[in-house]
Amino acid sequence: MDLKLKVWRQKNPESPGGLVDYDATGVNPDMSFLEMLDVVNEGLIEKGEDPIAFDHDCREGICGSCSLTINGIPHGPQKAIATCQLHMRHFENGQTVVIEPFRARPFPVMKDLIVDRGRFDQIIEAGGYISARTGSAPEANSIPIPKQTTDRAMDAAECIGCGACVAACPNASAMLFVGAKVTHLNSMPQGRPERDRRVLKMVASMEEAGFGNCTNTFECVAACPKEIKGEVMAQMYRDYVKALFRQAIRPE
Amino acid sequence: MVGALWIASVCGKERQRERQRFDKALTLRNMSIWVELLRSSIGKKYIMAITGFLLFIFVIGHLLGNLQVFLGPEAINGYAEKLRSMPLLLWGARIGLLVVAALHIWMAASLTIENRRARPEPYQLKTPIQATYSARTIRISGVIILAFVIYHLLHFTFLVIEPDYATWTDSAGRPHVYKMMVAGFSNVWISGFYLLAMLLLCLHLSHGLMSMFQSVGLRNPVWARFLEQLARTIAALIFLGYASIPVAVLSNLIE
Ligand code: HEM
Ligand code: FES
Repeated sequence: MDLKLKVWRQKNPESPGGLVDYDATGVNPDMSFLEMLDVVNEGLIEKGEDPIAFDHDCREGICGSCSLTINGIPHGPQKAIATCQLHMRHFENGQTVVIEPFRARPFPVMKDLIVDRGRFDQIIEAGGYISARTGSAPEANSIPIPKQTTDRAMDAAECIGCGACVAACPNASAMLFVGAKVTHLNSMPQGRPERDRRVLKMVASMEEAGFGNCTNTFECVAACPKEIKGEVMAQMYRDYVKALFRQAIRPE
Repeated sequence: MVGALWIASVCGKERQRERQRFDKALTLRNMSIWVELLRSSIGKKYIMAITGFLLFIFVIGHLLGNLQVFLGPEAINGYAEKLRSMPLLLWGARIGLLVVAALHIWMAASLTIENRRARPEPYQLKTPIQATYSARTIRISGVIILAFVIYHLLHFTFLVIEPDYATWTDSAGRPHVYKMMVAGFSNVWISGFYLLAMLLLCLHLSHGLMSMFQSVGLRNPVWARFLEQLARTIAALIFLGYASIPVAVLSNLIE
């Protein structure tokens, strides 16, 4: 199959970018989207042109490296997958495909389709961990945890930190990401002792980075390759306000 | 021994440093809970939701008051007179509403400015995946409602637009609210603007009434669907309630 690509090209963070037309010819429908770009890049290299820069690593939907806004949707039109898992059979022969980076002020474009998502790492550094050494895996059920609680924490822990939530949000808000981390760690007994400082610091770091504010459109949830649920944000809001009140009454 | 002491002291210092960093993260931002609520993204969402809810309560109360027009001049003029006879309550409610509305608009403006800043370079192509029309237009519907509220107050409360209304009294000497409403809505343009504003209020609330539960952390998958339907239903009922008055006047059901 053949496709018409419109790809965002940008030399570096400072220079302005723009969409450039490319023809992707002889695309195999069984290829992944990234493999299709690999083929286009081989053609560009043969012609002595600069290949299209894009992020990728595992190519099996678990690392969170790949990004791309495809026809206006982060990770493309298919539900619950990352760009690396998107197959070309979901496109039609002759279709025009617009490929842009994830866009948000805290995610500056480094080159072409690669953005710097280091702000997410800073949010994790602010509180996305458990300080105490928890040792190796304990005897099962030595700490009784309700099934619903572990399910909630495990669902939230699926987040791979790709940033599609920010890219999809009309306000470039990172609340689904931060909500997932807060819910994951605050729900479990090992994470509870630090729950107040965790949510206060992670939210402070999120705001300092310049992400926008949620207006509850749930575009993030729809774009998320791991189907993180909107309730993680609700839990973060509750935990945040509870932490504020607890800190005001009885500072840590 | 010395080694253990040294390790303990380093750990202690490290813990102290960690604590200081934590305190700084909090005190940096003043940690006064009220300042924090007005300044943090999540605090603003809570204020947005709580003020939105209070405005919604007012919208319901105001609707019930207005619907008394269907009971005839006696009922609505008497109701208005009763409100006026309790100046403390009336002015308390007015000032309270003003503060609530000001907070709602202030937070809306502040959140919107921050959100604009968060994506300086727009997408060339952005496809909404599932966001509802009402969610995407919440700001513009809010601004038009504000314009309407200002006009509405000038029209019926401060009588700036129709100063004649001030001289209209009924047989009991009370301000003739009934006559005012019928006269106002007999004008097709006024009724039209009113209906448009109510449609936008309906739009605003069909997202807002669901949204406010999420903003205070009270939405979960168990009742999310139900909440969405409830919000839409209540918003539609509010529209029908308010719209019934100009429609009744224009079709001469009340005169
Ligand atoms: C009778 C008047 C109004 C009522 C009953 C009302 C009600 C609400 C409710 C219930 C919400 C949802 C809160 C949340 O998402 O947590 C909301 C959100 C919002 N309102 Fe209003 N509102 C009114 C007037 C206005 C006005 C005059 C403006 C602006 C000038 C405005 C702007 C907004 C905006 C921008 C939001 C979205 C905020 C967000 O979700 O973060 N509203 N409103
Ligand atoms: S490349 Fe690892 S998730 Fe797509």
